[in-house]
Amino acid sequence: MPTLKSEVLPVVSENDIVYVRQAVRKWAIEIKCSLVDQTKVVTAASELARNLLIYGGGGEVTLVHLQEGIRNGLRVIFADQGPGIPDIEQALKDGFTSGKGMGLGLGGAKRLVNEFDIESEVNKGTRITITKWR
Amino acid sequence: MSKTQLPGIIKKAKDKLQANWVQQQFDAVGMRRDLIKTDELTKQSGDFLNQFLAGVESGNMVDIKSPAWAPALEFLNTISRQRERMGFSPSETAQFVFSLKEPLFAQLRTDLKGSPDELIEEMNSATALLDKLGLYVTEVFQSAREDVIKRQQEEMLELSTPVVKMWDGIVALPLIGTLDSARTSVVMESLLQRIVETGSEIAIIDITGVPTVDTLVAQHLLKTVAAARLMGADCIISGIRPQIAQTMVHLAIDLSAVTTKASLAEALKVALQRTGHRVVRDVDVK
Repeated sequence: MPTLKSEVLPVVSENDIVYVRQAVRKWAIEIKCSLVDQTKVVTAASELARNLLIYGGGGEVTLVHLQEGIRNGLRVIFADQGPGIPDIEQALKDGFTSGKGMGLGLGGAKRLVNEFDIESEVNKGTRITITKWR
Repeated sequence: MSKTQLPGIIKKAKDKLQANWVQQQFDAVGMRRDLIKTDELTKQSGDFLNQFLAGVESGNMVDIKSPAWAPALEFLNTISRQRERMGFSPSETAQFVFSLKEPLFAQLRTDLKGSPDELIEEMNSATALLDKLGLYVTEVFQSAREDVIKRQQEEMLELSTPVVKMWDGIVALPLIGTLDSARTSVVMESLLQRIVETGSEIAIIDITGVPTVDTLVAQHLLKTVAAARLMGADCIISGIRPQIAQTMVHLAIDLSAVTTKASLAEALKVALQRTGHRVVRDVDVK
């Protein structure tokens, strides 16, 4: 699958989450996502970037502009070297949280995008990839 | 290392050095003649040269944090902050120190012509010293910028939380921008405070100006609603745009316990009804 361009953003503080949201919105507009789709992918990115910071202790967000045939897509990868997720199935369940949130972010993010992939190893880190096709 | 000869050399050729240095600064590419006058720059250069000389005379060529260098640092601090305010870029500001190298080295070359070893040694220590001073200038410049950013952030925090009275017993909180935790607590505080002050029964929280509603924002909203309810006020959340509504459904955020409206006008209508008001339009007026 050809990659048109990519960008890496570090996430180490609250302000970086705002920056990730703005960058994702800008890219979503560039690939001509509808307003609803823009909002969905920005919200999903916001959830995952916050998880990255709060549970993963910070990490990197990579934005990738994909092209497959005639369709364009925005892929966002969230990678950290944090404690990892011991039970992914449980983590994806609505209402489950190991912190103080509502427990809706991870499962919600999955429902907001077209493709959702999660790899995690305890004490090694977590890598979540989401893709929104237009 | 033998004792440095720099003080003697600088002292002897001070006037010439100063003249060359000022010339050097004006000739440099990107010199902001529009921002600084010749006599001001000449004076600054002369002052710094004196303080540089005093620092060098102390014999401490390595540690610019030592007391002997304090006046020089103090002076650079003032210059750096002043230039930041005047609109210089960081490199234009640091150029003030770095541009001293060329005239100084030229002088060293003339005076130590016969002894290349000494020349190299003096040049090395002078270069290291001026590099440190130049970096110090950049650091001060940076921290002056950071002060500005910090002040602006605080100003924004203050600006962003107006709670307005809509009617007797009705207050509204138009939220704008990002709802991170620091701001949310300020917002919540001022809303609850205004509910007490005005004795309001209904508070309208308008989120038209919030670009992204994720689970953290929703959680903050629900907490605010719960706190207001404990104080005897009902909340109405308004300004939920179509795309936000769809996103919230996917996130499975449950706002069914709260009255929600698409626009602030709708919310005000409900609030007026609940407080027993009726809006009547006079048919005679067009």
